[in-house]
Amino acid sequence: MRWHHQLRMKLLMLFRRGHASALLDDEIRDHLERQIVENRAAGMSADEARYAALRTFGNPALLRDQARATWSWSVLESVMRDMRVAARTLVRTPGFTVIAILVMALGIGANIALFTVVRSVLLKPLPFRDPDRLVALREGDSHNKNFQDFLPVDAGSFNEWQLATRNRAEMAMVSPWQDYNVSGEGGKLPERVRGAWCSWNFFSVLGVTPALGRNFTEQDDSPNAAAAVILSNATWMRRYNGDPAIIGKTIWLNARPYTVIGVMSPSFVFSSSFGGNNLQIWTPVRHEAPPWLLTTFADHEFIVVAHLLHGTTLPMVLDQLNALQKHIQRSQTSGSVHDRAMGRSMLDDAVETYKTPLYAMLAVTACVLLIACMNVAGLLAARSAARRKELAIRTALGGGRWRLMCERLIESLLLSAAGGLLGLLLAWVGLQLLVHARADMNRIEAIRFDSVVASFTIAVIAFSAIFSGVIAALNTGGRDILSALQEASRTHSEGIARIGVRRLLLTLQVGLTVVLLVGASLLLKSYQRLRSSDIGVPVDNVLTMKLNLPLIRYKKPVQQVAFFEQLINQVRTIPGVQAAGLVSTAPGEGWNGDQLMSVTEHPPMPPKEMPDIQVRGADPGYFAAIQLPLLRGRVFTSDERLERANVALVNQTAARILFGMEDPIGKHLKTQFGETYQIIGLVGDTRWDVSLPPGPTLYWPIYGNGYSSGTIIVRSTNHVEALALPVQRVVAQLDSDLPVADVMTLRQAIRKSIVDSEFDSLLVLSFAMIALVLAAAGLYGVLAYMVTQRTTEIGIRIALGAGRNQVLQLVLADGLRPALIGLLLGLAGSFATVHYIESILYQTKALDPAVFAEVAALLLAVAALACMLPAWRASRLDPMQALRTE
Amino acid sequence: MGKPSDLVQGTLDLLILKTLLLEAMHGWAIAKRIQQLSGDVLQVQQGSLYPALHRLEQQGWIKARWAESETGRQAKFYSLTTAGRAQLDKETANWNRLSSAINLIVSEAG
Repeated sequence: MRWHHQLRMKLLMLFRRGHASALLDDEIRDHLERQIVENRAAGMSADEARYAALRTFGNPALLRDQARATWSWSVLESVMRDMRVAARTLVRTPGFTVIAILVMALGIGANIALFTVVRSVLLKPLPFRDPDRLVALREGDSHNKNFQDFLPVDAGSFNEWQLATRNRAEMAMVSPWQDYNVSGEGGKLPERVRGAWCSWNFFSVLGVTPALGRNFTEQDDSPNAAAAVILSNATWMRRYNGDPAIIGKTIWLNARPYTVIGVMSPSFVFSSSFGGNNLQIWTPVRHEAPPWLLTTFADHEFIVVAHLLHGTTLPMVLDQLNALQKHIQRSQTSGSVHDRAMGRSMLDDAVETYKTPLYAMLAVTACVLLIACMNVAGLLAARSAARRKELAIRTALGGGRWRLMCERLIESLLLSAAGGLLGLLLAWVGLQLLVHARADMNRIEAIRFDSVVASFTIAVIAFSAIFSGVIAALNTGGRDILSALQEASRTHSEGIARIGVRRLLLTLQVGLTVVLLVGASLLLKSYQRLRSSDIGVPVDNVLTMKLNLPLIRYKKPVQQVAFFEQLINQVRTIPGVQAAGLVSTAPGEGWNGDQLMSVTEHPPMPPKEMPDIQVRGADPGYFAAIQLPLLRGRVFTSDERLERANVALVNQTAARILFGMEDPIGKHLKTQFGETYQIIGLVGDTRWDVSLPPGPTLYWPIYGNGYSSGTIIVRSTNHVEALALPVQRVVAQLDSDLPVADVMTLRQAIRKSIVDSEFDSLLVLSFAMIALVLAAAGLYGVLAYMVTQRTTEIGIRIALGAGRNQVLQLVLADGLRPALIGLLLGLAGSFATVHYIESILYQTKALDPAVFAEVAALLLAVAALACMLPAWRASRLDPMQALRTE
Repeated sequence: MGKPSDLVQGTLDLLILKTLLLEAMHGWAIAKRIQQLSGDVLQVQQGSLYPALHRLEQQGWIKARWAESETGRQAKFYSLTTAGRAQLDKETANWNRLSSAINLIVSEAG
């Protein structure tokens, strides 16, 4: 019964508090009136009766408060009251409030956004069954100078691995770089789609099933099976309007009929270090790939995913596979067999490259938040310094110190909460932009707010509130009420001691800013190096687009060559086209393929020592069109094609590696497959990836040598983008069912490959700039405040004959001291931390003295600027006026 | 004039509960009754009754009801709850134990 009664009281006190309060007043009034009546009856006068009643009763206001304090929720009540007071105070100074909230919103928003990305991309498990037992397996090659780790796997090794570990793991292979032409049907345009070949158990290893239709079966995964395809959900929705009747229908891929057997769920995305997150269709590998590719140890076209069975760990499997791989390498004669097996969790495989930049960025945003908190703390402290007398009076009148401290905390809590909500909005907007801008990023689809992010937000708000509130409250001090009350004016030099904490804050703030500036400058320098790095050919006004001839319609090499030749000849006649050419893959647009080669004229060498040469196909006009300098010899003639296509040009790097000081022209190269090519020319180096040094490269005629796909490159004097449509029209006229893909300028292609660097550097730069502005504002604020505090003192100095310059120097030194100390701290901090980002810098040393010097100069300039105005104002003080401001 | 601190700590609650054992009363009457029953020895600062009454009510020892008083005005009448009776017994026993112990010491020393 008692708990029932108590509960009723609690509810009553919570919801009918105002009523209860009125009743309490009534009760006390009633009591007093009865006493007065009694006193009157005892013969007192009216006034006397009232005073006597009050005397016996005690202080009604205090007793009412004491009675109220016994009610439930009284803590809540006092907090609410403090909040109302704080809110009113904040509303009364809208300028301060808006600035403080914006600063907080920036700091908190940046942290929420980055935390969300880190959690969603790096930490959240993959949305597959048993994500912690899924691993990605790769090969490694201890002999290869350029590529040693996490290389693709050959099907021959995969077969052996699968067999050897069948009691420990389920293994599947996938080749995520197999594009298909989808024929135009039912009025739709033909289209090139990103496809993957996969073993039939690929989806079941990941533990996913198609949302619609069925998975591949072992029967689908054989050369003689009926052709089957599984679509991604996005492709199904976009191209087939999400029609469930697609299951069992036939679509045409590379001009061959395929039955759609399944559609994946929207949430299914496969990501790996080799991409895959943009895959649109999947086909069974043993039906698609040429038979030799499925058994060879020399061609590495696959990535392997494995589901480890219970009781098996990755190191166990890797030990076994490494031994196996050594054995394979010994038993195979080919030189391109890799000698190691490597593995990591599928999650790490997908996001390894983002770890350094994302964690660095998180550290940056944490710094920005600290700076924001210090700024807000500084603002709060300045405010309470201005209200010092008020606070002292309140303390003298019995205001509890704890209550005053609470008020300060609640003020900063309100600011942080408002800033946090605004920050949440900023973070949401930022993340939307990120998701749009970085569709290429693995796991970008996993980014969303969840309960963990919500808890993080609350924690960050609480941290900011307590951090800035406590600093501000400590700064207010309040121990010396008397001196505050006695302090006749604002002139006391005590203002300077009081400002000590703010100056310390400022020093730290400058230090953090310097660290951010150094990081940002390094990233920016790296990005600029990357941007301006020379890929070997002029990149402006070059348009590239890819096409792939379906072998079913272009069966014979002669048909393919005829098509290519007709196409490029027609493209050259388009008005505005300065030059055009065909190449298998344009410079800066990626890896194209490589072969081990040996020089016929040299003594034979063991396969392991043969140099690995990148191979590209080109038409005779390509070199002139891309403006790749021909250094010696000649380019192909138009009749060096098909059976007579055994000629090649090499670049300088290849010539150096293969021939050293010898003249390569006229020599012969032999591929690992036994074909021989005569070298007819020497061309300049190009880069296949803008961030990597040029590799040894060989060009042979694209007319022949088995090319059925290629890249059209078009050079123009200006506005080359405008030529995209005319070129596509030419393609459509020649073959209306042939899609063109990846239409972009060379500049865009290069930009795409350095988007990571661009993104990181610009983001960190903007954070660093925010930090710089906040630090400058803090510096200005503290100094301006100090000058106002010392108006009289400065006035007296000037009146006593101090020169204006002396005053200027005095104030400047006051302001620049924390800036200088902060700068030194920051430089030391940078020195200790920059090595964390060394791995993402391109041709830039982490301890670049020029960068450190620039940052120091920039910071000093900004600090001097921020200090100049208050200092100048101080030096211009009119002593009479200054003394009169008393 | 007696202050609440003149009362032995915590005895005000006991006095209120004891006073309310017989009938429901309003605050002023409780103050008067305590004063009368103690032979004017205990002069409670009247106002300090109210924080005590409200605390006892929150704890569920007493309950309150608004009713017309002898003057014809509405007044808040407090009465014991069942739990309050039990509490009174407990506090009375406590008090007896405490006071006899103190008596023992004081008479011994005397």
